[in-house]
Amino acid sequence: MFGLDAIDLARAQFAFTVSFHIIFPAFSIGLASYLAVLQGMALWTGQAVYQRLFDYWKTIFAVGFGMGVVSGIVMSYQFGTNWSVFSDKAGPVIGPLMGYEVLSAFFLEAGFLGVMLFGRQRVGARLHMFATAMVAVGTLFSAFWILSVNSWMQTPQGYGVNEQGQFIPLDWFAVVFNPSFPYRLVHMVLAAYLTTALVVGAVGGWHLVRNHMDEGARTMFSMAMWMLLVTAPLQILAGDQHGLNTLEHQPAKVAAMEGHFENDGPVPLLLFGIPDDEAEVTRYAVEIPHLGSLILTHSWTGEIRGLKDFPKEDRPPAAIIFWSFRIMVALGFCMLGLALWSAFARWRGRLYHMPLLHRAATLMGPAGFVAVIAGWVTTEVGRQPFTVYGLLRTAESHSPLEAPAVATSLIAFIVVYFSVFGTGVFYMFRLFAKSPDHGLDVEDIGPTRTASREPVENAG
Amino acid sequence: MFLELSFIWAGLIAFAVLAYVILDGFDLGVGILFPFVKGERQRDLMMNTVAPVWDGNETWLVLGGGGLFAVFPLAYATIMPALYAPIIAMLLGLIFRGVAFEFRWRTKRGKFLWDWAFAGGSMIATFAQGVALGALVQGIHIENRAYAGGWWDWLTPFSILTGLALLVGYALLGATWLVMKTEGEVHDRARGFAWLTGVGTLVLIGAVSLWTPFQHEVYLHRWFAMPTAAFSILVPLLVALCAWNLFTGLKAGHDRRPFLSALAIFVLCFVGIGVSFYPWMVPPSLTIADAAAPDASLSFLLVGSVVLIPIILAYTAYAYWVFRGKVREGEGYH
Repeated sequence: MFGLDAIDLARAQFAFTVSFHIIFPAFSIGLASYLAVLQGMALWTGQAVYQRLFDYWKTIFAVGFGMGVVSGIVMSYQFGTNWSVFSDKAGPVIGPLMGYEVLSAFFLEAGFLGVMLFGRQRVGARLHMFATAMVAVGTLFSAFWILSVNSWMQTPQGYGVNEQGQFIPLDWFAVVFNPSFPYRLVHMVLAAYLTTALVVGAVGGWHLVRNHMDEGARTMFSMAMWMLLVTAPLQILAGDQHGLNTLEHQPAKVAAMEGHFENDGPVPLLLFGIPDDEAEVTRYAVEIPHLGSLILTHSWTGEIRGLKDFPKEDRPPAAIIFWSFRIMVALGFCMLGLALWSAFARWRGRLYHMPLLHRAATLMGPAGFVAVIAGWVTTEVGRQPFTVYGLLRTAESHSPLEAPAVATSLIAFIVVYFSVFGTGVFYMFRLFAKSPDHGLDVEDIGPTRTASREPVENAG
Repeated sequence: MFLELSFIWAGLIAFAVLAYVILDGFDLGVGILFPFVKGERQRDLMMNTVAPVWDGNETWLVLGGGGLFAVFPLAYATIMPALYAPIIAMLLGLIFRGVAFEFRWRTKRGKFLWDWAFAGGSMIATFAQGVALGALVQGIHIENRAYAGGWWDWLTPFSILTGLALLVGYALLGATWLVMKTEGEVHDRARGFAWLTGVGTLVLIGAVSLWTPFQHEVYLHRWFAMPTAAFSILVPLLVALCAWNLFTGLKAGHDRRPFLSALAIFVLCFVGIGVSFYPWMVPPSLTIADAAAPDASLSFLLVGSVVLIPIILAYTAYAYWVFRGKVREGEGYH
């Protein structure tokens, strides 16, 4: 296809399927915790609004979770189908970590999901609360193990190599808690919470614009903005710490993120630029002197190694990383801006009476997803040209496949993902369009108040 | 020898695959039978019998694949490329049927589309699993730790037959499950299906069983030469016993017995495959010992498995118990 060989196609397939997949866990990790909080609040305060919000988000969770499960099964088999050499060599180290993910996380989520979705009448409020909490805990366990796997691929330690060229685990504690793992885990879980807060805030904001008396919309908007206010600054802090860690262990990645080729004193911060790997220069650079040093090394004159310091065949492609990193950071600061704005509105007692804020929150709804994908692109493309950083090259990791086979499966995945998951997202939007106060079945929530508007038509 | 870690793990992986086959088997079977039941209310009812548990059932497939990756990475790295097309087909099929569980309730006009996605996805996934099994029984050619065969090696009359056998077999599991879980019209339809697919399954099992020993010399000896034949013969005898139990159960109007008999037939078929395979992991190229990861990997995951698998079985059983009994119309949260 387009003159690409099997390995390019396999890379495209992995990038495509994993980018699609990450959207759903990023949402379900945060939403599962949110549901547990809502259910807890409903039990604790006895206020009907929390139960109503639980039922509202539960349905959305179910749609998103289903898509996450099926796209995740694809991921678990893709290592073998497209990256069999990697599987053979890295399997002894990362396989058991993924095994633990299945045993401790997937079964927990799947086992209690049915009770959470269908079982409240059958098991009673307390056991239902427990099931909801187990689903949330499962999503966090899942993040723990998969981030451990990914981090080991970035900063491997605790291994040896046997005569078949396989990585052999020597020290499991060192493998699991490898140097970049804590940073990555915190960064990802915060990203998931931010993503969910932005979606919940967007839906709340959208309904507040329509009816600022909507109790459910008020509650979800308020909760989302609190969450944003706590997590957005924390995330910027965590991102900064993660950056320091990356500089220590993957300096070439940081050089690419900065579009930094030369080793010449204090590093400027590039606001704009087009890195050119061939010419080894970043064109059209718009820079702020010294700020790069300050951010990266926390010192005014700190130096970092430029890309020219690394052999050309060991450098990641700079342009993609340069831009994906900037998109992520810019969105992060937009999130902080929204959080501060909402805090100001709350302080002035106008949180539910600022249509401009509500519209801004609605506009920011997808920002978390974009930032998550941009962040993963930065970190994964930044790992290139290796699958296991510094040890196993991507070019040596793939299956003995023929290009037409991979091209066919790639096209099939693209068609199926866009049609199936596109439809799923469409259904989600239709659920978002219902007001939590007026859009539910009467038997679920009891008599509704007189609405100023007609409930949105729910079935097509 | 039997207490070696690699053999313990072979047993655990076999258990995960068997758990998958019998658990997801019946919910895939419900999907296969979907087009043969008319009427929205009947279909809603069928789907609601499996909606709370299908996700847990499918997780065993992830454990089978993920476990293989973890403890037999070489087997995983050679089976997956060899069965590339059926695996991809299975994954795509599972996507369609998996999302149908939720999507079906989110639209009125498009509901029929998701009915088809559920049925078609279930059929494709099942057929692909059957073909993959047949291709594995036929054998996979490996050189230098990599698959060395062609891209269409999996496609043979034998693998088509195993694909069909699994399709009918899962339909039997689905039919007997519905007999157990429903009442009224669906229940009566399901009894009819159970008769039909029961006979079909036995015929196809017979055909596959007679054909299998001729795939490899080793299988032939295992089944027809003494002393192993004396034990092997037990498998078909027990299958016959279960079949008798199935049909008499159906005739007498029992609700649970047909399903349990069908499950037992599947367990026996699985044992039969084990009898043929042992000690191979990937016939005729890799033995269990060849394919195993280093002991450090095997023992690390085993420690957790010993603790976690019983817990998983406990809360899985609990989830089934919560949703015990017949499913009535209009149940479910939708």
